Amino acid sequence: MRNVGLIFRRELRSYFATPVAYVFIAAFLALSGALTFYAGDFLERGRADLQPFFFYHPWLYLLLIPAVSMRLWAEERHGGTIELLMTLPVSVSQAVIGKYLAAWAFVGLALGLSFPMWITVNLLGDPDNGVIIAGYLGSLILAGAFLAIGACLSALTRSQVVAFLLAAVTCFLFTVSGTEIVLGLLRGWAPGPLVEAVAGMSFLVHFEAIRQGVIDLRDLVFHVSMILFWLLATVVAVDLRKAD
Amino acid sequence: MSDMIVLQRLRKRFGPVVAVEGLDLRVGSGEVLGFLGPNGAGKSTAMKMIAGFLEPDSGTATVRGHDVVNEPVKVKAALGYLPEGAPAYGDMTPAGFLDFVAAVRGFDGRERWRRIDAAAAHCALAEVMQRPILTLSKGFRRRVGLAQAILHDPAVLILDEPTDGLDPNQKHHVRNLIRTMAPGRAIVVSTHILEEVSAVCTRAVIIGAGRLLADGTPDRLAAGHGTLEAAFRAITAGLGERGAARA
Repeated sequence: MRNVGLIFRRELRSYFATPVAYVFIAAFLALSGALTFYAGDFLERGRADLQPFFFYHPWLYLLLIPAVSMRLWAEERHGGTIELLMTLPVSVSQAVIGKYLAAWAFVGLALGLSFPMWITVNLLGDPDNGVIIAGYLGSLILAGAFLAIGACLSALTRSQVVAFLLAAVTCFLFTVSGTEIVLGLLRGWAPGPLVEAVAGMSFLVHFEAIRQGVIDLRDLVFHVSMILFWLLATVVAVDLRKAD
Repeated sequence: MSDMIVLQRLRKRFGPVVAVEGLDLRVGSGEVLGFLGPNGAGKSTAMKMIAGFLEPDSGTATVRGHDVVNEPVKVKAALGYLPEGAPAYGDMTPAGFLDFVAAVRGFDGRERWRRIDAAAAHCALAEVMQRPILTLSKGFRRRVGLAQAILHDPAVLILDEPTDGLDPNQKHHVRNLIRTMAPGRAIVVSTHILEEVSAVCTRAVIIGAGRLLADGTPDRLAAGHGTLEAAFRAITAGLGERGAARA
């Protein structure tokens, strides 16, 4: 636990030692705000909730989360610091968890800084704050799942650009698998259970319910299993590829 | 003299390339072993295996009796390692970086400060402690790498080209540091600078194509060839041909 905490702290500090943190937070707040007001018709809808805000998060995260996760391991390998880290008395899983949690906490901070939006809806009307809390929780856990995917793919390459693209494409596939376009294509020929299975693997489907305030255990289990699976894969990937 | 490092038939391949081929070696306490060989001879690969970064394909490596594969954390605790190129987190300051390493190595409170101060003093880092590592000269970066390697006073030190890229004054400083640290420790130093071997090493081995080619005191290796450099060239000269014959 101690090592996880030490790696977490070192990692989190390094976000703020460079412009990465500030650029990311500014980009997240600007883009999420713009999408909410312009694309989501936040004001014109005349309803006091944050649905237009959370609605775009899966799509926004497709761009932004890989930008955070790409450096997790690719940078360590590129700079050779992985050799240093892995020859300290630290296990691979401690390093994987510490770095992952730091990235997640960082994204959580950016998400938390959108609080003026929450205050605004409370000033403008009388929103169901329970639904908003569910939205934040869903968004955070969705970001966590995207980060776990990105962490694993970052461990496969030395190039941050490759890590970014691999993560963006993989997260995209796990998102669009729940859209009508994809499911419609499948319905023509695939057996029902397969269509359901594909839809069941979609972040969009599982996030949708939480966003609307319905916290179903199945949706939480899906996200948590994705996180655990991809972190386990990260441990394997780091171990196998660290010296390549 | 107790054996601190024992390598037995150590072997490592990368795809079709054999990096280390059945290396047997023992290094005892008080020894400073010069690890010599042409580029690509397998020096760094062997050092990475001793440091627990790479797993051998076969054979064993033990550090103070701990097997690098079965007890990696014990090995890493007993060992200080300076990887080739002295990598460090560029966005951190030496103070922050050494603090992180000291914390991971289990030092807390006053003891942690004492360790960091001692390592920084040994490596003459005082003036750059608060500057980002990214902005430091190559010489200072290497000294930061050395400081993290000696911080916990390890019984075994593995230094991969510790003086590469340093100016003559800095080289002199690092050699003195190695000499003062030698008693009671096993130190393995890889280098291409043969004068360095005569200056600091009590023993030298020459490896080529992953195998041990020569082993002895620098003087004994040089005997019959005039200089260590002549000996090195004579011993490693046939490697290209041998490699071609094998291919």
